[in-house]
Amino acid sequence: MIHILKTLLSHWRRHPMQLVALLVGLTIATALWSGVQALNAQARDSYNKAAQLLGGDRVESLTLVNGALFSDKAFAELRRAGWIVSPVLEGQVRVNGKSLRVIGIDPLSLPRAAALATPATGTEISEDGKGFQSFLTRPWQSLIALSTMEQFGLGTDAPAITETGITLPALTAAENVTPGILVMDVGAAQSVLEAVGKLSRLLIDPDAKTSTTPLEDATSIPLQRTSESEVSGDLNRLTDSFHLNLTAFGMLAFLVGLFIVYSAITLAFEQRLPMLRTLRACGVSALTLTIALLLELLTLALIGGITGVALGYLIAVALMPDVATSLGGLYGAQVSGSLALSPSWWSAGLGMSMIGALAASSYSLAKAYWMPPLATAQRFAWREAQERRLNWQSGIALALLGLAIILYLFGNGLVVGFAILAALLVAGALALPPLLSLILRVGESHAGGPVSQWFWADSRMQLSGLSVALMAMLLALAANIGVGTMVDGFRKTFNDWLDQRLVAEIYLDSLDETRFDAVMSWLDLREDVTVLLPKNRVDVRIEGWPVRVLGFVDHESYRDYWPMKAANPDLWDAVLSDEAILVSEQLAQRLTLRLDDTISIGEWQPRIVGIYPDYGNPKGQISANIDTVAHYFPDAGPGGIGVRTDDDNIESLMEALRTQFNFTGSEMIDQASLKAFSKGIFEKTFAVTAALNVLTMLVAGIAMFMSLLTLSEMRLPQLAPLWAGGLTRRKLAMLELGKTIALALFTAMLAVPLGLLVAWCLIAVVNVQAFGWRLPFHVFPYQWIWLVALAILTAFVASLMPTLRLRTIAPMRLLRVFANER
Amino acid sequence: MLIVEDLHKTYSTPQGPLPVLRGANLTLGDGETLAMMGDSGSGKSTLLHLVAGLDAADAGTIRLGETDIAALDDAARALLRRNRIGVVFQQFNLIASLTVQANLAFQAKLAGRYDESWQSELTERLGLSDVGARYPEQLSGGQQQRVAIGRALAARPELLLTDEPTGNLDVETGEAVMQLTLDLVARTGCTLLMVTHSASIAGMLARQVRLDRGRLV
Repeated sequence: MIHILKTLLSHWRRHPMQLVALLVGLTIATALWSGVQALNAQARDSYNKAAQLLGGDRVESLTLVNGALFSDKAFAELRRAGWIVSPVLEGQVRVNGKSLRVIGIDPLSLPRAAALATPATGTEISEDGKGFQSFLTRPWQSLIALSTMEQFGLGTDAPAITETGITLPALTAAENVTPGILVMDVGAAQSVLEAVGKLSRLLIDPDAKTSTTPLEDATSIPLQRTSESEVSGDLNRLTDSFHLNLTAFGMLAFLVGLFIVYSAITLAFEQRLPMLRTLRACGVSALTLTIALLLELLTLALIGGITGVALGYLIAVALMPDVATSLGGLYGAQVSGSLALSPSWWSAGLGMSMIGALAASSYSLAKAYWMPPLATAQRFAWREAQERRLNWQSGIALALLGLAIILYLFGNGLVVGFAILAALLVAGALALPPLLSLILRVGESHAGGPVSQWFWADSRMQLSGLSVALMAMLLALAANIGVGTMVDGFRKTFNDWLDQRLVAEIYLDSLDETRFDAVMSWLDLREDVTVLLPKNRVDVRIEGWPVRVLGFVDHESYRDYWPMKAANPDLWDAVLSDEAILVSEQLAQRLTLRLDDTISIGEWQPRIVGIYPDYGNPKGQISANIDTVAHYFPDAGPGGIGVRTDDDNIESLMEALRTQFNFTGSEMIDQASLKAFSKGIFEKTFAVTAALNVLTMLVAGIAMFMSLLTLSEMRLPQLAPLWAGGLTRRKLAMLELGKTIALALFTAMLAVPLGLLVAWCLIAVVNVQAFGWRLPFHVFPYQWIWLVALAILTAFVASLMPTLRLRTIAPMRLLRVFANER
Repeated sequence: MLIVEDLHKTYSTPQGPLPVLRGANLTLGDGETLAMMGDSGSGKSTLLHLVAGLDAADAGTIRLGETDIAALDDAARALLRRNRIGVVFQQFNLIASLTVQANLAFQAKLAGRYDESWQSELTERLGLSDVGARYPEQLSGGQQQRVAIGRALAARPELLLTDEPTGNLDVETGEAVMQLTLDLVARTGCTLLMVTHSASIAGMLARQVRLDRGRLV
């Protein structure tokens, strides 16, 4: 076996570029796939840690129906009635310009399943630990992830102070605390959050005996049971689409990388056919030969896999901060910006490399096994083979297109959306060679001179060798156009929407009731304030989804500018009454709501009179009259104030507010800064997409370069007769370059309609399923021109080296074509 | 008239310089046919390649009419091949992407001397009328070689160079193809220089010379 392997490996010594192509393909495919998996794994690990902090999905909570705070006497009442519950108070504080989530707990009564309650997790508050006492008693101690401390610029030596001037309990780094969270005793949290005597929920220990006293009899406060999985599931549900998008991109890049692997393996196999037949003739069985080829392949896959996983790690490290910012900005998910990876990730990456290599080589391996030793005598009828291949490719492409249409008509859900996308992309890739063949055939029939005729005919002949690289380029271009159209469409729509939606010149937020009233009274007296737009708000759940109910005042600022997706003619007047509301597009999509539908929110059953876009908000939203919200939700808190003033007065008014009320940066923001902040979050998300786009394009470029380089040697028999017939090497080189550029140009032109189809699928199917909003379809022709130019440039750069080689090739090399021993 | 004088060619090999032609001389009159024979490695093909302008000589002159081929640069040699010389190889070397008809017309069109009636006559006399729409790989070896000869003669070259044109064919087919070639050469009036191993094929031509260790004897 060793001897056979040595013989097989000798091929790579003579064709080092093929070996490089194979390893580069495996490395890139594995790198992009495992890089994306690393990003997803890191984010999901953070979500899981957050969920496990208080006991995981098995734990149930008792909360008020509107999610508002309630008196902690409920805790005492329930404990007296035999309920094993544990108090929790949650809220936000701002430190050094960033938001930090505070969780107040009682470690003594915490469910046993909670990460913070288990000594084995290494927490600092285990009963044996010294820190336990200081955690529970004044001046308290709080637990925080080390990465969060670094992120917030905090240390254990100096006390941390919030933007409202409250000193936080001394910080202690803890491994099992999720990034972005500060854990402290519930008493400390009541003090820090200025919610003395208040709780946000009570946890029910799933491992403790349940009380026989019904909940209604145990406490006078109208609490309801909600499953913790519902709460933690929100984050998973909301971020699923983000991770699915990343996975789809990773898979696309993996496939494009495999195109290179397939191309290199097939070429190596074709070139080694005489060697394989000689080995068979020397007595090596088909099985032994196939096993030897398999061993050789797996060894190379292992090498490519190791370098790929290492490169994937570097890609993930580079993208992680942007991903963390996107997840934080879009979903409020706290994800560590630094990367920690498990051995399972490494082995999964290597496994993918092996599986990819096996998939790409299965055809060649099967051919090696069934190959008759005396097949050399058969003439190679490339034309018939190509026609057959083009026919079955067209057939499969049509079948996949049909599948995409059926899925669109009858399917539902995000996975179906991605299945449509995959079917369209693969159908497009398979349809490319038949379509190119058709274009080249038309070109040939219109060709004037003999060189022009050869140009078209030979391009068609070259299709077999280049089609894999061209398919890779088509996929990369179509994905770029599709995603680019969606992103630019979103950017345009989002910017227009922000311009219409943000009518107030100054926004005030994070106000408690006392401050809210004081600010309102003060602003009411000022002459430089033209209009005050106060809001109230409350968080509720409708059919399991988190929904924010916002109350707004009736004003022309809304009537004139608030953009609606669908609305009744009398919507503003209707909203003034108790019976009508406006709902966000994503809530309407999730709950399948239409205009004039009625929904139940507790006892309130309003009618929907308008559906408005609410881009970028993962949660559902209901907007109603401020008095209606106050009526149905007595616990509704202040929801911020929009202040309208003349442009000239913005600066002076903000300065006056800062002086009067000591407003911090996060509590008060002007319209321009708010727009810039909102756009900034999306740009971070787009930065990740753009990086993956560029990487996929790069992979396609490498695929083309490798194909051209390996094919250039095989092209000599086609070129030598023309040279002998009187065409110079220079002219031949230019013709070869022209052919590659022409094929790239046609591929890019075909990528435009496919890319638009991909964009339509992303906008009309995937986005609607993932985020709940549908964007208007905008096209950006400058993008196409740019990408067509990029494709031509890629083809030019990729064919530069083979072209230069041909231009300066020694006549002896060409003459060898005519020699007997060819 | 083709005149080769004191032609030298040495190839560099990993084992050192390998002299192939060492002062070869040859004269061939217009319309004359000559067979060049010799052992393997004697330099027959090299001489043919140098005369065709496919490679450059180290020293010596090759004159075709008034043109000194050895003094031409790469582009000028390509132009010469295109307009005045036809070449036929043992491996046929047809253009795989073009049909038989397009292969036959290729050289003549390239030289700007495409003649419809001559093309038809060639196609018919070569027995290729029924296979014009086929592609090279769909033809037998004999048919392929006839296409290669037709392609070379379609432009009515001054000089036809053939390198073992029947080497890949059986004796019977080879002789039939050869006879056809000679008929067409006579019809066009071009000069023929042929490299061959076969004494019987060589015997069909007007003159025979032998190349031995780089010199014509």
